[in-house]
Amino acid sequence: MPFNLLVLFCFAYVALLFGVAFFAERRAAIGKARWLRSPLIYTLSLSIYCTAWTFYGAVGSAARSGLEYLTIYLGPTLVFVGWWVLLRKLVRIGRQNQVTSIADLISSRYGKSNLLGAMVTMLAVMAATPYIALQLQSVTLSFGVFASQTPEVWGQATGAWVAGGLAVFTIIFGTRKLDAREQHHGIVTAIAVEAVVKLLALLAVGAFVVWGLAGGVAAVLDRIGTSPLAEWELQPGRWTGLIMASAMAVICLPRMFHVLVVENTDEAQLGPASWAFPAYLFAMSLFIVPIAVIGTDRMPPGANPDLFVLTLPLAEGQGALALLAFLGGFSSATSMVIVETIALATMVSNHMVVPLWLRLAPARAQPGDVRRLVLLSRRLAIMGVLALGYGYYRLSGGSSALAAMGLIAFVGVAQFMPVILGGIFWRGATRTGAALGLLTGGAVWVWALFLPSFGSVMPPEVMAAGPWGIGWLRPQALLGTAGMDPMVHALFWSLALNTGAFCLGSLLTFPGPVERMQGAAFVHVFDTGAVGPRAWGQGRADAEALLILAQRILGDDDALQLFEAEARAQGRTGYLPDPTPEVFARVERHLAGSIGAAAAHAMIADLTGRATVTVDDLMAMANETAAIIENQARLEAQQEELTRTARALRDANEKLTQLSVQKDAFLSQVSHELRTPMTSIRAFSDILAEGDVPPEMVAQSGRVIHEETIRLTRLLDDLLDLSVLEAGTVQLNLSQSNLSGLIDRALVAAGQVQPDRRFVITRDLASEQIFVRSDADRLVQVFINLIANARKYCDAAAPELRVMVRQRGGRVMVDFIDNGRGIAKEAQGLIFEKFARLTDQTRAGGAGLGLAICREVMANLGGAISYLPGQGGAAFRVVLPLRIDRMAAE
Amino acid sequence: MTGRVLLIEDEPNIAEALRFILQRDGWEVGLHTDGATALAEIMRQGPDVVVLDLMLPGASGLDILMGLRADPATAGLPVLMLTAKGQDRDRAAAEAAGVTRFMTKPFANAEIVAALRAMARP
Repeated sequence: MPFNLLVLFCFAYVALLFGVAFFAERRAAIGKARWLRSPLIYTLSLSIYCTAWTFYGAVGSAARSGLEYLTIYLGPTLVFVGWWVLLRKLVRIGRQNQVTSIADLISSRYGKSNLLGAMVTMLAVMAATPYIALQLQSVTLSFGVFASQTPEVWGQATGAWVAGGLAVFTIIFGTRKLDAREQHHGIVTAIAVEAVVKLLALLAVGAFVVWGLAGGVAAVLDRIGTSPLAEWELQPGRWTGLIMASAMAVICLPRMFHVLVVENTDEAQLGPASWAFPAYLFAMSLFIVPIAVIGTDRMPPGANPDLFVLTLPLAEGQGALALLAFLGGFSSATSMVIVETIALATMVSNHMVVPLWLRLAPARAQPGDVRRLVLLSRRLAIMGVLALGYGYYRLSGGSSALAAMGLIAFVGVAQFMPVILGGIFWRGATRTGAALGLLTGGAVWVWALFLPSFGSVMPPEVMAAGPWGIGWLRPQALLGTAGMDPMVHALFWSLALNTGAFCLGSLLTFPGPVERMQGAAFVHVFDTGAVGPRAWGQGRADAEALLILAQRILGDDDALQLFEAEARAQGRTGYLPDPTPEVFARVERHLAGSIGAAAAHAMIADLTGRATVTVDDLMAMANETAAIIENQARLEAQQEELTRTARALRDANEKLTQLSVQKDAFLSQVSHELRTPMTSIRAFSDILAEGDVPPEMVAQSGRVIHEETIRLTRLLDDLLDLSVLEAGTVQLNLSQSNLSGLIDRALVAAGQVQPDRRFVITRDLASEQIFVRSDADRLVQVFINLIANARKYCDAAAPELRVMVRQRGGRVMVDFIDNGRGIAKEAQGLIFEKFARLTDQTRAGGAGLGLAICREVMANLGGAISYLPGQGGAAFRVVLPLRIDRMAAE
Repeated sequence: MTGRVLLIEDEPNIAEALRFILQRDGWEVGLHTDGATALAEIMRQGPDVVVLDLMLPGASGLDILMGLRADPATAGLPVLMLTAKGQDRDRAAAEAAGVTRFMTKPFANAEIVAALRAMARP
């Protein structure tokens, strides 16, 4: 097959994946991606466990070491069959704590420690580097197989092209937005497609080999019996080691943790996956031995068994089958690299860049800058990780067999296992212990397995005699244990020393307060239905500051939505809930979903001005038996209920008192507003009646009387309007109209208010193209009022008004945001009351009934108007239904 | 007799009408519209009579009145207070603060002229 055609096929395939990912994102955005919740997609996404190493390398491994390749499938199978014990707990913890990565899980468990997060991240990046190199190598090799006829177009650049292409794809779909939970629906769907492709490819090649080449099952079994494979002997030590390493890797590999825990959309997916995933692995391993045996028979001696899947069909003249096999291998490699880099980039940005930035940050940061920083650092991290992988591939010469490179990664990430197991089953595990364990295990792994893998880095005399001749430090014979298999040796010593240091460190040190609470929450994750530990007592921070912080990280929309929901849960309207500890804890968890537990904790601690917990919290932790916890939870719930009721009563009472005062004030105000124009009219008409007046005074008197009569009429109109609206007896003229046109009308009409002020109006016309069925004139009346208010009261030197329109389900939101000083917090609740003009200084407008009328109009239109706090200026949000409900209208 | 009168009134049309009728009656009329600086303005101009609106931007007429009464130099200055609120509460408060005359808007021009003449007579 011509090389160019192959490249074309690759592009077409990648374009297909783009399409799938894009389509899935779009469907998920409008909440119509139900397939994402199905166990099938979950299982298929787990199949990124099967990388190019499995796809190509398993056959090579079978040809070289017999059935040993099975261990790589047996480990995960054990873990999944026993999912009830470990995976269920991990997924529950991950979902409850909005865990974003394996580093986040460990950091979060051990007191939201950033040190641990950074350590895990570094270790993970190191372990992933050879593994990514392995994928690049396999794609490059498989290209090479096809390009052997046309070597001139084929060069060393292939690896670089593949790495670059993967970086682009991953950045586009992995870092487009910052999710509250780090989930990427487009990518999950795309890798599910790739999972199907690679399984089909391997099965097709297998079927071709068994029935096409060997002549049936019986013949194949015969051939296997007579092949060197039959003489293969099981090495118990190496088998146990490999099964253990792969069992740990299926949880600890950053990409596996990502699809297993972070991308999990429903805990119920685990049950079916517990048999479906092993079944997938079984199907993947079904034809490995036949392909290896037949390949060894038929291919010329010296052919690389790692590429039999590809070269066998090619040698037999089956171009189409070879192409399918190539796409299978390509899928295996790309899906692994994409998810691995996303997981690593999340870790790097959350545990290295953001904490560093928090420490060095300018105190006054602009809204949204944390999001930009996080996204930028993720994009850079994706490029960095791929560059590292490519560098390793070039450095190591791409010579070692595929399987060896994968095992290095397995043993590296296995170092997380003691810390995770200890973290979720043992309350006594501490941060110090975890750090010591990771440090020890990581060091042994680097010394005994990682560095020797480079070949040239370790001088032969160090390998043979140890550093400076210290024999018991020989990389492959620590403490004099020579003669062991290097992989088993490294696995044994790293895990043994890791676990030892972890336990010893944990026993000798005392956990900090946050650690104690997180420990309890993780270990007892199934016992408490509660929302998790209360880390925040009554802090000093107020809700508005918290909202501003949340907006910087989650974005305006999501933050407002979250706060509105919190406020509603407390029975309040608007966007500012009472800053209770529960609100703080929930907001922290949301932030943790974007930037990791440690950074979120630090930011909120910064806001509340304290980083520790109260004595009360510690007492609660100290004497907890099951009964006490249960009792306490019930009491707390009752108390919370009481507090909430009391708060509601207090609010209602406050409101009533205010209303009574306002009713008095209303009468007095009406009197004032009526008498003032009447005074002018009477005084000037008196003057006219007395006669003997200069002509210019006659003219002026006439003008004043005319003006003041109009003012009186307008006031009476407003009052009547208001009373009709309040009584709900208003007649609505419903019609279909374009929102953009309505805003145009309002802007023109409101332009007559203080026409000399130059106002910059910012609009997004595209988003305004929404047709609403409502009373157009009434809606325009509300818009005019808001725009005119901005023109009157916005005190910025260069006044600016932003009009933003968004559609959410069946509701449309129109925000009017100016850049003035905004409205003081204590006044925000009053502005919609009658005559609540905040200052008497500006007499330009009516009597202070404008916003009260707006509120009534919106209520009559089935919508609402509210003040949006924390927008940097006065900001009003008008919410209206797309189609007004006829029942509500009448 | 007539003399100098200072109007403290923020509603431009009412101020204009008052200025016209008082000038015609022989008064020398000064005008001030801001409540916050009214007290200082009264001290500076030293009028014979003050016409004071109750609701002013910056400060209430009641505060200004109390400020006047607290200063020995102006404790006896005749003050005519005007209000559009017209509640008994306001009248009582103004009288307690030592107002000379209290009138509710709208007023008859002749009434104002007569009141000021009566107040300015020693």
